[in-house]
Amino acid sequence: MTLDRLPIGQFARIIAVDWSLLVDEEAQRLRSLGLEEGARVSVAHRGIFVGRDPLAITVGRMTVALRRAHARAMQVETLS
Amino acid sequence: MSRHRTAALVGNPNAGKSALFNALTGARQKIANYPGVTVERKAGRLVLPSGEPVELTDLPGSYGLHATSPDEEVTRKVILGEFPGEAEPEVLVLVLDASNLEQHLVFALEVLELGRPTVIALNMVDLAERDGLVIDPAALESALGVPVIPTVAVRRKGLPELAAAIQAAEARAPEHHRPHVTLSERRLTANAIADGAILSETTRHRLHSKLDRLFLHPWIGPVILFGLLFVVFQAVFAWASPFADALEGAIGWISAQVVAVMPPGLLRDAITEGVLSGVGSVVVFLPQIVILFFFILVMESTGYMARAAFLMDRMMAYVGLSGRSFIPLLSSFACAIPGIMATRSISDPRDRLTTILIAPLMTCSARLPVYAVIIGAFIPNTKVGVGIGLQGLVLFALYVAGVVGAMAVALVLRRSVTKGAASGFIMEMPKYQFPRVKDLAIGLFQRAWIFLRRAGTIIFTVTVVLWILLSFPQAGEGENQVDVSIAGRMADVVAVVVEPIGFNRDMALALIPAMAAREVAVSSLATTYAVAADNEEEEAMALGDQLKSRWTLPMALAFLAWFVFAPQCLSTIAVARRETNGWVWPGFMLAYLFAMAYIAAGATYWTAVALGL
Repeated sequence: MTLDRLPIGQFARIIAVDWSLLVDEEAQRLRSLGLEEGARVSVAHRGIFVGRDPLAITVGRMTVALRRAHARAMQVETLS
Repeated sequence: MSRHRTAALVGNPNAGKSALFNALTGARQKIANYPGVTVERKAGRLVLPSGEPVELTDLPGSYGLHATSPDEEVTRKVILGEFPGEAEPEVLVLVLDASNLEQHLVFALEVLELGRPTVIALNMVDLAERDGLVIDPAALESALGVPVIPTVAVRRKGLPELAAAIQAAEARAPEHHRPHVTLSERRLTANAIADGAILSETTRHRLHSKLDRLFLHPWIGPVILFGLLFVVFQAVFAWASPFADALEGAIGWISAQVVAVMPPGLLRDAITEGVLSGVGSVVVFLPQIVILFFFILVMESTGYMARAAFLMDRMMAYVGLSGRSFIPLLSSFACAIPGIMATRSISDPRDRLTTILIAPLMTCSARLPVYAVIIGAFIPNTKVGVGIGLQGLVLFALYVAGVVGAMAVALVLRRSVTKGAASGFIMEMPKYQFPRVKDLAIGLFQRAWIFLRRAGTIIFTVTVVLWILLSFPQAGEGENQVDVSIAGRMADVVAVVVEPIGFNRDMALALIPAMAAREVAVSSLATTYAVAADNEEEEAMALGDQLKSRWTLPMALAFLAWFVFAPQCLSTIAVARRETNGWVWPGFMLAYLFAMAYIAAGATYWTAVALGL
């Protein structure tokens, strides 16, 4: 499952990221915010309008806003 | 020995650096730009326990030494001593948010690898405790090998200790370089260090996730945002007027004193007609600017601005921009200059360029004087509904015209000039915080001072020059002063160009000095009609009445439409040049905005004439 499909409030771990789908700078920014392989994440909020873009992701003690396109590059496995 | 000692605050965005900086240096700060870039350089004086002063700079927040925005580039270069003309800071003060230790330690470890004299301010320990986190600074200190001082900037807690540590750090010999590791390894180390330093953690229901549930709610969130924006603009107009009236009264009083004291003559005219009526007509807008910036600063310091960006992201995406552009564009309602400067946090270069190019379309406070005077004179103060006046409605329409124009331009630009992959939106949502009165006051004072300095320099110079051009050569018997003056002759030339869109010679005349700043259009109309007045009685007429007797309604409406688009602001053009490193984009900006202004004014004029207004 990719991160953009994760239900709100469900915790998951990022198991793989297809960095080739992302622009270099965005990949760098996501990594520096801790969004990389091994990170424990959940979806806190989804945006308004169609597509419910962007997403607010909790990672560590932070909330990070990103687009669905970024979340789609991240494979996650759910944690209980 | 008068060596200039230096230190710099370094840290992630949202580490509370600015608040710590304000607390350490007080209100006396020097704000300038780093040469060649429009990144603000904030410097202040910190006095060490030894009595020795240190120049402390507040470096832009950064997630790492790999720069992904112009902001981070400055931080990287200054820390590494690679910034031309900027001394390498002797001591680095790493500011860490105690409630987000794992994340902030990653950058800290990267900076510590440099082996430079460093002290760590473990900031906002009170907020960490509110979240149920207890941290042992001693454990952190032994893990990192540099002094760690717990601080609470707002309560001045830990500040003397921090100053003492900065003083001691100067004597420390730089450690030899630690081995360089990858980001992922650094993150593992950071997590391990944080685990060792966090003594206890009780999961409390954090306030900020509750607030997010409200502010980011799919339906309630946008309602709150637009409600808030409505209140902001309402306040800008309603709250400001008593202050503006008082300022106007004061200027009138000074003018009367000058007339009473000085003998009649050219110098007295220069002061009353030139300086006081010119600069005065601009200074009265200070209250509105202060109120607008007050709201923007509150929204920024509470953390709400990031939520607004989140909510707006989808809408901005429709025109090819991202939520990040919302903050610069909102600031542009106060003034395009801080707006354009705020674009430096946008990492995508095409996004940033597009935002810079459309920022001047947001109705800035400098247009208000023009709008207010023209609307006051030509639009009847009638009610069109409950609590809605026709004047307010016209003003609102002008704001909407600017926004719609900006969105249309962004859409076109993103498909032509700034074509490229759709930009992303990645942004940390800071924790909610209570705004600090002192930080707000310092921020507001700095904005007000920049505005007044502008009024005192550019606008002062322009009005005086205009007065000279209007007053010479002096008219002979039976001649009109404006007609024979140098300015009048210049306006005759411009008038040929703007005649097809309904502008008369006086309007053309106002456009020339208004190139410096839009609000000068008002002061130059005031100066022109003051100089042109045949007798005392006419001179005493309010500007609005003067306009009504000389302009028709279609002319006035065309003038309003012109100012929605016209890029009449030298400072904006200068900032755009500096931001884009050349004349190409400011040139493009001037061309497309003047073209839009010309078309809009022409269309407005001929439509109004056809409707028989």
